Amino acid sequence: MREITLSQAVNEALAEEMRRDETVFIIGEDVAEAGTPFKVLSGLVEEFGTGRVVDTPIAEPGFMGLAVGAAMTGTRPVVDLMFGDFIYLVMDQLCNQAAKTHYMSGGKLNVPLVLRTNLGATRRSAAQHSQSLHALVAHIPGLKVALPSSAYEAKGLMKTAIRDNNPVVIFEDKLMYNDKAPVPEEEFLIPFGEANIKREGSDITLIGTSSMVQVCEAAADILEKEGISAEVIDPRTIVPLDEEALLKSAKKTSRVIVVDEGHQSYGITGEIAGRINEKAFYHLDAPVLRMGAMDVPVPFTPALEDLTVPTPETVAENARRLMSGEMIHAA
Amino acid sequence: MSPAKKQSNAEDYMRMYRQMVRIRAFEDNANQLYLSAKMPGLTHMYSGEEAVAVGICEALRTTDKITSTHRGHGHCVAKGAEFKEMFCELLGKEEGYCRGKGGSMHIADQSNGNLGANAIVGGSMGIATGSAFTAKMLGKDDVTVCFFGDGATAQGLMYEVMNMAALWNLPVIYACENNGYSEYTRTDEIAAGSITGRAEAFGIEAFQVDGQDVLAVNDLAQKLAERCRKGEGPFFMELMTYRYHGHHVGDINREYYRSKEEERDWKENRDPIIRFRGWLVEQGIASEDEIEAMNATIKDEAAAAVEYALQAKYPDASEVDMHVFTDVKHALA
Repeated sequence: MREITLSQAVNEALAEEMRRDETVFIIGEDVAEAGTPFKVLSGLVEEFGTGRVVDTPIAEPGFMGLAVGAAMTGTRPVVDLMFGDFIYLVMDQLCNQAAKTHYMSGGKLNVPLVLRTNLGATRRSAAQHSQSLHALVAHIPGLKVALPSSAYEAKGLMKTAIRDNNPVVIFEDKLMYNDKAPVPEEEFLIPFGEANIKREGSDITLIGTSSMVQVCEAAADILEKEGISAEVIDPRTIVPLDEEALLKSAKKTSRVIVVDEGHQSYGITGEIAGRINEKAFYHLDAPVLRMGAMDVPVPFTPALEDLTVPTPETVAENARRLMSGEMIHAA
Repeated sequence: MSPAKKQSNAEDYMRMYRQMVRIRAFEDNANQLYLSAKMPGLTHMYSGEEAVAVGICEALRTTDKITSTHRGHGHCVAKGAEFKEMFCELLGKEEGYCRGKGGSMHIADQSNGNLGANAIVGGSMGIATGSAFTAKMLGKDDVTVCFFGDGATAQGLMYEVMNMAALWNLPVIYACENNGYSEYTRTDEIAAGSITGRAEAFGIEAFQVDGQDVLAVNDLAQKLAERCRKGEGPFFMELMTYRYHGHHVGDINREYYRSKEEERDWKENRDPIIRFRGWLVEQGIASEDEIEAMNATIKDEAAAAVEYALQAKYPDASEVDMHVFTDVKHALA
């Protein structure tokens, strides 16, 4: 199978959906000729024109709000939010407007929009360009949240998101834009709410999201050499969450570590760990462990930044401790 | 007020009068429901501002869109909504426009192009601008009117979306209902400079109009809507008006921010319904008897709708997790 980068995968998904449905358009800062700072959208304006690849002023709440109204009236906007950190700027339009419109209208109005943005630290971009804020929106009923972990997922989830009649937020790992993965030439979609078992194992389950799937896979490689068989699962979407697949794996292995790049406290890892505790408690041989990013603003200096996120080594170390029966306090 | 254009417009004039009286009747009943503790929560009365909603919405087609505010019952009635479904919504009943899930501050009636009231001050400015974006992108000649109050001019979102609407010539009319008060504070204490000047800074043509004169409002709205359809938008209207009640129904003792004399002056000397009624009689469009008969009919219709809503069913408990997502019947099942 051919291999393409995550960036190309997103670009292809958008182009295919824009060809298929003329109500789909892209709106955001520097999306047209610039193709975004990460060059993810390069070439789209040449094919679809500035009427459908719309450069905006630097006004995140404004273009987010505009997209909500556009979506309510018959179009399918894909909002480009240059950095995930800017999500704070669009919170009212996303969480008070887009997320609640269908419910508040008793099912009469729909908001079929996609907000595509990114997450991920270790790019030496400091605290306002490095956050992983998907937990903020996953907390809000009415929003779906997708976390692609490779080029394959990035394409399949984006196409599904564009066809979904609800507001969907997709966070791409900005460190992965140039990473290649096998992606079929023929059309495919990845349904929401279906976890992917990346690797089967029997001793411990590593649940990883987005950027942390690679970390979990690398940790599983380390553990394999030591005779520990780790299962790696990628939920792919956290709303909806494929709870069944996660519980099944937890019951099978009896030990679970949940790894996510959002801050650990009040985050995705705690939510998933809580569900496993509630629904698989008697199958567990150890407490479910959370590993998120440190609860500190992301520091600039590489000497400190690299300490803040889970790595294959720290995941493997915690797995060993869980296997040995040692009581541990996370991170 | 200006002289009647033609007798053939009599029907339009009478419909405008009727719609204004319907709004007043709706609000009088809503206020009573609150005072008699039959309505959950609270509400914000539109009484006094009727000529704004009616003058503008009578210039629009059913397919044109509006966005509304927490003080939104008037916009909803003026855009074509029915009493029964509106009262049911206010009382949280299943037959309400939003199945009781929105209430007074969130009534949406998409069948008449009402994209919904909004409980965040200024929260619908993006939505209205986006609706106009859709019209332009899909090549429709729909116009969108964004209703908001003077208080909302303090929100940053307004400037962001007016900038984009002006850059892209979107068919949107920003209709600022200036009732002089930003909740419990005089507007001149929170707004520096002129209101229309804010739009003019973006090159948007802005007009100030007497919001108590339904014909003046309608005349301007018709011209601007037609110009929007020709691609000449956006536009900005500042409608000078007054709210008879407090910020919300419970805001009774309000002399610390405005005097009873001021309220009396607006009610007695500038009431949009009394003024228009006098004009209709003076122009020979309707007799006092005809007007009284119309008023009585509307009063009865409102009372019947209230009675219906009071007896109507609440939604079943199973609805609590419905409509969270479009494609999942019960989100928590």
